[in-house]
Amino acid sequence: MPEFDDQTKPRVSDTELHVGPEYAVAERDVSEIVSGEVEVGTSLWRDAWRRLVRNRLAALGMMIVIVIALACLVGPTLIEKASGHPYDFIPRDASLTKAFPPFRTAGGQFSWQHPMGTDTAGRDILARVLSGGQISLMVALIATIVSLLIGVTYGATAGYIGGRLDDLMMRIVDVLYSLPYVIIVIVLLALLPAKTPFGQIIELFIALGAVSWLTMARIVRGQVMSLKNQDFVLAARATGVSTPRIIFRHLIPNALGPVIVYATLTIPTVMLSEAFLSFLGLGVRPPRVSWGSLAAEGAQSLAVYPWLMIFPGVTMALMLFCLNFVGDGLRDALDPQMKKQ
Amino acid sequence: MLRFIVRRIVIIIPMLFVVVSLTWALVRLAPGNFYSGEKKIAPAVEANLREKYGLDKPWYVQYGKVLRNIGRFDFGTSLRYEGQSVNQILLRALPVSAALGFTAYLLALIVGITMGTLAALKQNSWLDSSSMVIAMLGISIPNFVLGPLLVLLFSLTLFWFPPALWNGFLSKSIVLPAITLSAIYVAYIARLTRSGMLEVLRSDYIRTARAKGLSEWQVVTRHALRGGLLPVISFSGPALAFLITGTVVVEKIFALPGLGNYFINACFNRDEPLILGIVAFIAISVLVFNLLVDISYAVIDPRIKY
Repeated sequence: MPEFDDQTKPRVSDTELHVGPEYAVAERDVSEIVSGEVEVGTSLWRDAWRRLVRNRLAALGMMIVIVIALACLVGPTLIEKASGHPYDFIPRDASLTKAFPPFRTAGGQFSWQHPMGTDTAGRDILARVLSGGQISLMVALIATIVSLLIGVTYGATAGYIGGRLDDLMMRIVDVLYSLPYVIIVIVLLALLPAKTPFGQIIELFIALGAVSWLTMARIVRGQVMSLKNQDFVLAARATGVSTPRIIFRHLIPNALGPVIVYATLTIPTVMLSEAFLSFLGLGVRPPRVSWGSLAAEGAQSLAVYPWLMIFPGVTMALMLFCLNFVGDGLRDALDPQMKKQ
Repeated sequence: MLRFIVRRIVIIIPMLFVVVSLTWALVRLAPGNFYSGEKKIAPAVEANLREKYGLDKPWYVQYGKVLRNIGRFDFGTSLRYEGQSVNQILLRALPVSAALGFTAYLLALIVGITMGTLAALKQNSWLDSSSMVIAMLGISIPNFVLGPLLVLLFSLTLFWFPPALWNGFLSKSIVLPAITLSAIYVAYIARLTRSGMLEVLRSDYIRTARAKGLSEWQVVTRHALRGGLLPVISFSGPALAFLITGTVVVEKIFALPGLGNYFINACFNRDEPLILGIVAFIAISVLVFNLLVDISYAVIDPRIKY
């Protein structure tokens, strides 16, 4: 009976030597076998991957995310090579420093030169949207990593140590939760603007990362609390493994599933916050651009040059839409129990 | 229950203290001054200004004054809008933001709960998947993109609603801002209602209600919604905090004279009394609202005890 083999898996590998994501795998495999969905012997990650790819919306979303991200990564360089101008190039010729609609030249004929048109200074919108995407994606990724580092460490420590310390740490999270932190971030960014545009981006990382770790901490704490009384932790403790090592080597790898799901869903949230701050003029500052700051610029001349607003806005909405679908799909893939609801 | 409420009210005070102190410290630590503009000020004038606004006193005296003012709900006079007290500005701006936020949240509750309930009742049908895609769109389209798009369509092309400005609560001018603000809440509430209802609809008491021969309408409205809406209610607490950040953007897009607009301008102008007044006000309302949500939770679900 293959089921039996699988059920014994956690026992067999319950030693210090062999602790890794397999634990979660073993547990979940058992539940899946009971429901008769998945073949025996595949790992959690392979299963999850298969389920994710089979979910058409999520797979499509993932492809679009990759395409947009790649375009943002290499697009600006390619355009600069092809046209000889960087994304913030303003033509010298006064007849060109105007907003042209998509696919139109100065004379009004069709042309491939500016597929998204130009802004009021004659700058190519496509190049600006792509290089704005670089900043938006970078801010979102780094702020998510910051929130991941803080949230996972904090939550795992509170969950594992427990008792008074846990009470105190979680009370702090509760308090921070109920604070209107966005208001404080606005005050921070408005009053302490960084000296350079790049410094401003760093300030954004910190501000956004520092406020988005709370939910992560709660999720990790819950996971760790349910894991910490299992045999493999006891085994690790019995063999004299230090507390930090237990937390980082044994508990966190086993809590990875929900962490990955939540991190995927944090990316669009942070991206939205960055855009929100940039829209208010508090985030990314010229000459650097982001999707939020481009949309803010475009919103000012909406009635006359709607494409200035529509292209960055729609690109961003599409990216967020797909990221959210990927996050949802990932949750279904990593936690098949949820899907059955 | 009473003890719980009293304890929560007592916690509000130190939290308010933290928020106000943090904001005050930020305003003070930031380089420059509210009066340092492009023009260079003569030292004598500067000394006078500092004396007038009490900036010549040691920091703890100033800080104490700030705390005392907030304790008495008197935030002083705005530095930018001369001759107007912060309280006057709050009283003028608050109705605009409150009307906008209230309308938007009401709209979101009605549309979101209807969408979520229908999706849960007809699970895996086209109705379910299409409302969930709409909900995902609502979460993904930033309000500063949605707002201008609505303006482009309904104001500048169809001429149905004004593109900006405020003509009071019950006027055409609230329609577009309220829709813009509510989009993301419609989405969240629809998703929360759907998952909450799906869970409840499979529980024993619903089976009992059906077995009693109640009509589907009665089963849903009398029994299922009561349990299925709990996640929506607990979402309403943080929703207020989001709503405030939402109004900042929406008021900017539609040029509405609300709290959010004043707040952003105050930050850029370094209008210290106005910043502190608005921050304190927002903090109080968020904290009180969270408390109300916790209380209503216990009222709706008799299983919850504090």
